[in-house]
Amino acid sequence: MQTETLTQPLEKTNSKIITLKINGVETQISLKPWVSLLDCLREYLDLTGTKKGCDHGQCGACTVLCDGKRILSCLTLAVMKDGSEITTIEGIATGNGLHPLQKAFIEHDAFQCGYCTPGQICSAIGMFNEGKAKTEADVKELMSGNLCRCGANTNIINAIMEVKNGGDHE
Amino acid sequence: MNDFNFYQSKAPVDAIQEISSLENAKYIAGGTNLIDLLKYNLLTVEELVDVNHLKSESVKELENGAVLLDAFSTNADTAYHPIIEDRYPLLSKAILAGASAQIRNMATNGGNLLQRTRCYYFYDANTPCNKREPGSGCSAINGYNRNMAILGTSESCIAVFPSDMCIALSALNATVNVSGPDGERKIDFTDFHRLPGDRPHLDNNLQPNELITGIELPEKGFVSNYSYLKLRDRNSYAFALVSVATAMDLEDDLIKDIRIALGGVAHKPWRVKAAEDFLIGKTATRDNFAAAAEMIIEGATSYEFNSFKIELAKRAIIRNCLMALHPETQLPGAQPSA
Repeated sequence: MQTETLTQPLEKTNSKIITLKINGVETQISLKPWVSLLDCLREYLDLTGTKKGCDHGQCGACTVLCDGKRILSCLTLAVMKDGSEITTIEGIATGNGLHPLQKAFIEHDAFQCGYCTPGQICSAIGMFNEGKAKTEADVKELMSGNLCRCGANTNIINAIMEVKNGGDHE
Repeated sequence: MNDFNFYQSKAPVDAIQEISSLENAKYIAGGTNLIDLLKYNLLTVEELVDVNHLKSESVKELENGAVLLDAFSTNADTAYHPIIEDRYPLLSKAILAGASAQIRNMATNGGNLLQRTRCYYFYDANTPCNKREPGSGCSAINGYNRNMAILGTSESCIAVFPSDMCIALSALNATVNVSGPDGERKIDFTDFHRLPGDRPHLDNNLQPNELITGIELPEKGFVSNYSYLKLRDRNSYAFALVSVATAMDLEDDLIKDIRIALGGVAHKPWRVKAAEDFLIGKTATRDNFAAAAEMIIEGATSYEFNSFKIELAKRAIIRNCLMALHPETQLPGAQPSA
């Protein structure tokens, strides 16, 4: 297993060395306890696909998968996730091929600015993993933690429904 | 956020010991509310004591027929647990009406009981708030108080307790198991949260450094007649203006047992035993529910912008009791049935 130290440990007594398996790569990093998982990904590991929107758990832009479950990386401390597997938008595609949701978002014009898209896609994958969305009404309810300020919600739901229903993208 | 130390506990006993040795430390489980408060500098800590590793089986059936919810398991794992879906559907619906899927995947059962009010003035450090800073005053009473309480208020505070899960737990007569420096004890759910009085900074009756370890549900789960109705400014991902949990036990048309708990109206889940007693032995009709609604809302006081809540709460009670007769009509997010 590849292990890389990506930042210099800080010389403060309360820094913690943690290990996160991010998109399949085991990564050791030394952090102050108050660093959010979101800031850890973006500022310390240069994984800027995960977006910082409201930074208060209200918009869903920072959604990542933690041990397969969708969470808000802004409302958790990185040190609390020591030993976890994290999947970000950078880890969604396989090889050179886009994930079916990424293709569907493009085909359904499911974004304008695209800022909410990584969170929307990670959230939809988490929703599929949960297996609780049966109808379009369920999908709307279970995707309600992801806001799109451009108002592309209709196309986002259409893209997700197409992948959910098998579509051409599986 | 201020700088702080982080301690990962391995057992309740060491978590309690660690927190008791410090002046200004907090337990952290899901952290979905706590981290937000830390980010706004509404709260500062010297140390966080992480209790996530105390997690065990999320839902456990006990020998006496009761069911124990693990305090450190997530709201989502609880709401989707087959035992909760089958035996306590009211609780499942109420949890799923709260927050978003991501937050429910993080927030824990114990933490849900301890979340702070979302009163705008509590969150705005530039305004007086007796809950945030005892003795500083209440900005909500003469402020924009649309979301605030109408029952059990005091001159010090009109904030509401924001949980959905707790409204169902109140209706189900749950018990809270806590562990502290002086050992373990159980608290009836109705005694767990408190009214503001002249000490609104205290949300509940936990003693310093006590840790919630579990929530016990009595055997009776009201599987046939239940409903959770949540009324809010948008259909999903918002706190309740008014919410109602109804758990009913019917024999033919007669009400054998009923519990009605309200959210969004007070500093704690609101139940009026006299109204429930009034309904027992009566038929499940709109008129009887309307009479009970009057009893539940009796004594309500409104403020400049929230007087609509009094009528809204009465209608919500009636509607939800009628919805409880047909729980299959419950829509996702605890919206009114069509």
